[in-house]
Amino acid sequence: MNTQTEALQNKQKIQWIKFDLRAYTMIAALVLIWLLFTFLSGGSFIEPRNLSNLFNQMSVTSVLAVGMVLIIVAGHIDLSVGSLVGLTGGVAAILNSTYDWNAVVVFIVTIAFGALVGLWQGWWVAYRAVPAFIVTLGGMLIFRGLLLGISNSQTISGLSDGFKIVGTGYVPAGWGLLIGILAIGVFALLLVMKRVSRKKFGFDIEPMVLSLFKIVLVSILVLTFVLAMNSYKGIPIPIFVVIFLAIIFTFIAKNTVYGRQIYAIGGNSEAARLSGINIKRRTLMLFVLGNTLAAIAGILLTARVGSATVNAGNMYELDAIAAAVIGGTSLLGGAGTISGAIIGALVMASLDNGMSLMSVETFWQYIVKGGILILAVWMDIYSRQRKSKGN
Amino acid sequence: MTIALEMKQITKEFPGVKALDQVTFKVNKGEVHALCGENGAGKSTLMKVLSGLYPEGTYEGEILVDDDKKAFTNIRDAEEAGIAIIYQELALVRGMTVAENLFLGNEPQKLGVIQWDYVYSETEKWLAEVGLAGIKPDQITGELGIGQQQLIEIAKALSKNAKILILDEPTAALTEKEVEILLNILREFKKRGVTCIYISHKLNEVFDIADSITILRDGQTVATHDTAEIDEDKVISLMVGRELTERFPRVEASPGDVVLSVKNYSVKDPNQAGKNLIDNVSFEVRKGEILGISGLMGAGRTELVMSLFGTYAGLTSGDVEIDGEKVKIKNTEHAIKKGLALVSEDRKKYGLVLGMSIQNNITLPSLKWISPYGVISENEEIKHSKLYHHSLRIKAPSVESIVGNLSGGNQQKVVLGKWLMTEPKILIVDEPTRGIDVGAKFEIYNIMNELIKKGVAIIMISSELPEVLGISHRVLVLNEGKLTGEFDYKDATQEKIMVAATGGM
Repeated sequence: MNTQTEALQNKQKIQWIKFDLRAYTMIAALVLIWLLFTFLSGGSFIEPRNLSNLFNQMSVTSVLAVGMVLIIVAGHIDLSVGSLVGLTGGVAAILNSTYDWNAVVVFIVTIAFGALVGLWQGWWVAYRAVPAFIVTLGGMLIFRGLLLGISNSQTISGLSDGFKIVGTGYVPAGWGLLIGILAIGVFALLLVMKRVSRKKFGFDIEPMVLSLFKIVLVSILVLTFVLAMNSYKGIPIPIFVVIFLAIIFTFIAKNTVYGRQIYAIGGNSEAARLSGINIKRRTLMLFVLGNTLAAIAGILLTARVGSATVNAGNMYELDAIAAAVIGGTSLLGGAGTISGAIIGALVMASLDNGMSLMSVETFWQYIVKGGILILAVWMDIYSRQRKSKGN
Repeated sequence: MTIALEMKQITKEFPGVKALDQVTFKVNKGEVHALCGENGAGKSTLMKVLSGLYPEGTYEGEILVDDDKKAFTNIRDAEEAGIAIIYQELALVRGMTVAENLFLGNEPQKLGVIQWDYVYSETEKWLAEVGLAGIKPDQITGELGIGQQQLIEIAKALSKNAKILILDEPTAALTEKEVEILLNILREFKKRGVTCIYISHKLNEVFDIADSITILRDGQTVATHDTAEIDEDKVISLMVGRELTERFPRVEASPGDVVLSVKNYSVKDPNQAGKNLIDNVSFEVRKGEILGISGLMGAGRTELVMSLFGTYAGLTSGDVEIDGEKVKIKNTEHAIKKGLALVSEDRKKYGLVLGMSIQNNITLPSLKWISPYGVISENEEIKHSKLYHHSLRIKAPSVESIVGNLSGGNQQKVVLGKWLMTEPKILIVDEPTRGIDVGAKFEIYNIMNELIKKGVAIIMISSELPEVLGISHRVLVLNEGKLTGEFDYKDATQEKIMVAATGGM
């Protein structure tokens, strides 16, 4: 009896640190890629200027991947986001350049337009039961066609400075540092609040040492990032947007009823339906969210490039899917994390950036990225199989 | 008389359950041999052993076909030995033609090219054999009636040179006329020396067609008789003849007000126009009682409760009142709001998200109540799920354990916890103890007893007669969608229920 309770206590102790082998392999792989490129490029890969570049490059894919994770978790797919990035970018550029609308108004209208498109696509999937693969494949063609139509197949440039800054600007060093310190503060505060609340409910509280360790770790990560970016020009605004969206959507996924229901639908839609979840309405909302994010990505891309081209966003949906899948999102639905997808996007962007830096020929870049994608998913499946056998 | 098939001392164990215990089964050449028993008596398991679905080595005992010892490692081995099984659920591809179905997996080919002319001519021949001469080989299978599809299955088995034909509840979905056609064809086969094993709950059919009967109970052979020397009453008593022990902790009910009242309720078959799965059924449930619903497979029990819960595709008619108020349940969300809860018969398919933790599963239908502004209160979630983890004695290290890793009994408790958290007025449990061990069963009965003390009304569907008799206070019996019996538990006996469930007399 005594040993049993001891064993139980030990079990609980271990659970404070969840050892997620998958997540650690991902991070280890990323570190390995970075070390490799740093070594091969004689150190220029890790220079703040290049990292700033790298983060800028990954921002559009990351924003798309954030939405893609939820859609894939629910058991769907969205092939239209690449074309939608192009279309929303084109709409924004025309409003800003041709009609001279104020940048802020343009952003709001463009984002609303994205939401509307999501409503339309979501309606077909949820209420007309057309598979998402087909609806969004149709959307992919329709949106590209619309873009060609409204732009007369011309590149639209002449954006206002207020527009371009969201893609090319930097958060000033002082502000960046302040925001970083604030973020650490909020993190620590949330941790303390959680301890207090758990105490009130009479639950076990994680060891103080562990809480402190978490705070120190987060502080180091945040400050390293901010200082590294500040030593170049500051935190790029696009990556700032990505971090902001990632936090919001992680919160939605983990802490809201909506997020929980999405995971339940993806895990077992029959059980979810019998639990009184309105699957159609949730699915509709899913596409609204995903396509709103695509509009944001469209704005970021257009602002960074400084113009809207007819090919903008071409094949980006595949990058977003790859990032989500490399980051551990299961194409069978029910499992996946936003943070994983961000790391996935970072892996893809690092490969792109590093190989460009090494002047590797383009054809090799495609081959390597494709190979990594297959490898990552195989590792995922392999580890899952071993896990289920272990049980 | 020569023996076509002999199964000797067959024992098959599943974790924690002995499904078959030293079963012997002997079938003479050219006879129709019926296999009878309650649901769960081991008929299907025995046939799965025979047809190679459970390969040699996963069971103990011997199989002799024509006095020749056989060891089947898969279904194909059994087919080669001339044994073909036709399942209750038809295994035809509905979108393919009759000819394609007949030769599926067995296509005559030359260098990988299917010999269609041969396929079609052979198909015509076999269709004529089973009395379907009017059907064209290129007709789409799904367009045919269920009875005709059944005959196509038989033709398929014959085309594979089957000497022993196993029919598992072949008439469950057939109309009376179709049944007559099928039985005539079987008589025809008998004359030609085909041996038939006929599994059916419908005793009148059994006595109509079979030469002898073997009765299984609790995984054991009870008796084998010629049909001439036995009658239906005797068969029923052999099927159920079991002492009720203290496995069922019934508490006396003190029924309160009527909480659910169902009047002239009918449910249409969504797959077959003009057929009612539930036909004009009326009943009431009171607070603090357990209403058992008994009946054989396909009687419409599950369809009844699924449609009451707002989750069955078939259209309904009739009145449903909850607490005296007329309601028309639109969907499951609405049903839950009205105080209904359904623990479905297939917990893995309908009850649980297996990849999620215990706490996430328990709170799934009740998230609203622990989530101010749509944000889940993590601590409330842990608090509530710990409550059920503890009170239902779910054996798992913590509420964060993944449900897919738990045993069947503990999974069932999670499903119960999930529905208890919605604080239902009417709890419907469909086969609540299927596939779980005796100890966990007992605990689940106790949980149900606790609930009725608190004034919850429970509707329990069960195929296990002892369970129905041992736990419920009143028993309804359904047969082919119709209410064929209603008993107070004091008057109910297994025989009476069985008679009502097999169509009444």
